[in-house]
Amino acid sequence: MAGRLLTYEEKDTWIHRLSGVTKLAFFLLWSFTGMLTYDTRVLAVMLVLSLIIFKTSRTEWKQVGTVFKFILLFLCLNLVAVYLFSPQEGTAVYGTSTVLVDMPGNYDLTLEQLFYEFNIMLKYLTVTPVVLMFIVTTNPSEFAASLNRIGISYNVGYAVAIALRYVPDVQSDFTKIKHAQEARGIEMSGKASVWERLKKMSMIIFPLIFSSMDRIDVVSNAMELRGFGKHKKRTWYKGKKLVRNDYLTLAFAAVFMIGSLWITFADGNRFYNPF
Amino acid sequence: MTPIIEFKNYTFKYRSQTEPTLRDIDLSIYPGEKVLIVGPSGSGKSTLAHCINGMVPFSFPGEHTGSLSVNGQDPGKAGIFGMSKTVGTVLQDTDGQFIGLTVAEDVAFALENDCVPQDRMFSMVDGVAEIVDIKKLLDHAPTELSGGQKQRVSMAGVLVDDVDILLFDEPLANLDPATGKRAIDLIDRIHREQKKTVLIIEHRLEDVLYRDVDRIVVIGDGRVVADQSPDELLCGDVLEREGIREPLYVTALKHAGCRVKPEDCPQHIETMRLEPYRDRVREWYQKASSPQKREEKKTALEVLDLDFSYISGNPVLSNIDFRIRKGEMLAIVGKNGAGKSTLSNLICGFINPDRGKILLNDEDIAEKSIKERGEVIGLVMQNPNQMISRPMIYDEVALGLTVRGVPEEEVKERVYETLKICGLYPFRNWPVSALSFGQKKRVTIASILVMNPQVLILDEPTAGQDYRHYTEIMEFLKELNETYGITILMITHDMHLMLEYTDRAIVIADGQLVADDSPANVLTDERIAKKAYLKKTSLYDLAVRCGISDASGFAERFIHYERQVRGHGGQTADV
Repeated sequence: MAGRLLTYEEKDTWIHRLSGVTKLAFFLLWSFTGMLTYDTRVLAVMLVLSLIIFKTSRTEWKQVGTVFKFILLFLCLNLVAVYLFSPQEGTAVYGTSTVLVDMPGNYDLTLEQLFYEFNIMLKYLTVTPVVLMFIVTTNPSEFAASLNRIGISYNVGYAVAIALRYVPDVQSDFTKIKHAQEARGIEMSGKASVWERLKKMSMIIFPLIFSSMDRIDVVSNAMELRGFGKHKKRTWYKGKKLVRNDYLTLAFAAVFMIGSLWITFADGNRFYNPF
Repeated sequence: MTPIIEFKNYTFKYRSQTEPTLRDIDLSIYPGEKVLIVGPSGSGKSTLAHCINGMVPFSFPGEHTGSLSVNGQDPGKAGIFGMSKTVGTVLQDTDGQFIGLTVAEDVAFALENDCVPQDRMFSMVDGVAEIVDIKKLLDHAPTELSGGQKQRVSMAGVLVDDVDILLFDEPLANLDPATGKRAIDLIDRIHREQKKTVLIIEHRLEDVLYRDVDRIVVIGDGRVVADQSPDELLCGDVLEREGIREPLYVTALKHAGCRVKPEDCPQHIETMRLEPYRDRVREWYQKASSPQKREEKKTALEVLDLDFSYISGNPVLSNIDFRIRKGEMLAIVGKNGAGKSTLSNLICGFINPDRGKILLNDEDIAEKSIKERGEVIGLVMQNPNQMISRPMIYDEVALGLTVRGVPEEEVKERVYETLKICGLYPFRNWPVSALSFGQKKRVTIASILVMNPQVLILDEPTAGQDYRHYTEIMEFLKELNETYGITILMITHDMHLMLEYTDRAIVIADGQLVADDSPANVLTDERIAKKAYLKKTSLYDLAVRCGISDASGFAERFIHYERQVRGHGGQTADV
């Protein structure tokens, strides 16, 4: 059934055992590095590492497949768009121009452009597995606890956790309401115009909002009755203490980031120039 | 002994209302007592509970006079957080109040908010999990639990705080009968073993009385109208006057002309002293007439050998086979999650069967779309808020016709006619938001009825309604059935509803059809009751204990008699 996509799944690997804080910090440092550098050597190493990490987290394809395909599609669009809007970006970056195919206007296909776009692709591919892995290996409550640990108010963290708690309920409400409205004759098929369909969508959305508001009422009363918001701080049942592996991971991420940035910027430029 | 809860001349008025909801309440509850609070909807019984846990005046503001003390504190000063250390409240919505992503986290929620260190939390959660027997479920997500299990989790969530008073707000509302019985048993056990003061607010009196309570407080129109022991209360006429259903066996005894006396302990039918009444009951049984068999009409809906599964190899329904005749009023019953809703989804075409057929007027409807089926089979959902999508009553009822392109003149005519049938004509220009829950329910029924369906399927038509509203809705459905010949199919776990208003019950347990018989037969059959999580009617026990061998016949005659009495008593007032 739907809804199993991109959700936390309990498994016993060292990555799952890491604290949410560690994973969040690692994920942030990693993405930051990936975003800053255009150094092909660094990106290649990062790609290999993220694939290894992905593999060891025992994430299965069916958990992330659809989202991954969606990201790939987006990546392709991005690459095409870069070429369309800025076909000579590679030349500007690397300073040389090796024309491979002659094209009208300034759309000559250059080796530099291909290399530049190859780097963009690498950046995507180094960050994506880590993002997906972070989502499927971090227990949402633990994530809320982590956010709280790095100084974000627990209200924010709890809002995330409670949203996740009610997603399946709202989904099932949505299906029920949609069915009942379809039976009343509101067809949601593609025949109608966009405006018509939007109007019809409202007939599902309104009841959904009203029944969700009932839910919010109940849950906020229940939370208050059990003391939510009483103190400035709270503890977390699912919170994890940082252990040796966490410190090692964090240290690795920090060293790796500094190292990569040093290699990247050693020649005063974000780019690695093979030309 | 000093009372743990003491209302003295207490009057409370909500800020948004002109009249007080509670008037001159004088009520003392002593430590360790178990008290049942009953009263019709709008009587103020929920407000009374909210006064005790501090929701009044903090979440629902208003003014009060007189005094209230709970464990030496004034909830009006201590606040919701202050009271949460003394009073543990279990709300009626077992699903909605589940906060955590897993059972353990939900139980620990109050501890987390109190900054209890993690190691202590683990042992405390384990401790209460033991008490309510959910230890094996600690890592489960709420979607994996049944209604009864969720309620256990809620109880654990308040017990973990070591409160003195446990407050249950309609604990039986969402549970099937057998699960409800177990819940009452658990409350009773906690009351005895943990030495808590227990307050239960509920209108399903007979089900709560499955286990002893010390006292019953009846609230009527904001006042305490009775504060008696169960035995005394059952012998008087307060319940009838206040529109609260008394246990069926008590009603049956009264019909038989017996004057029930407190010294015969009528609280439990199993242990009641029946010697003084036995002969009378038997005599009544001999004289009472049985209902006439309805004439067999043509088949309206036929379900043939239906199989369905979401995941192959894991059937939700298998070999379901039954037929419904035109003009029948029929119940589909069974425990939560037995596949009742799946069955109605199959009939409406929201999902398709793996095998088998559904025939409407001898015609296979497999090829018909949801919309086409919707014109002949109408579905009314349990919660009217899940159906109403227009702000005005007229528009809401007209919706089904307008989207089908019916000319405006005809729409108007048909909507007005339907509104008249449903007793909503005076409100035709009102916004939906101005209506009560019961009236909204009527609007949703009207919005389906306007399409002239032949079959009406209702999911829990009376859930959460008190006796008066229950009677109102059911009498209305009965009228639709009798006057307009609409076939009515109700999915329910209300045994009274099934016994009183339906001709036949289809019982589903674990995806199988286990019985297709008269409600009286089903509810007097121990084997079926056990399998489908139903509860034997207390009429059965009464019959057996009075030496009447045909218990089912006794139940049938009782219901027939009831219907006649109600018929003579005139129709219940509209709206």
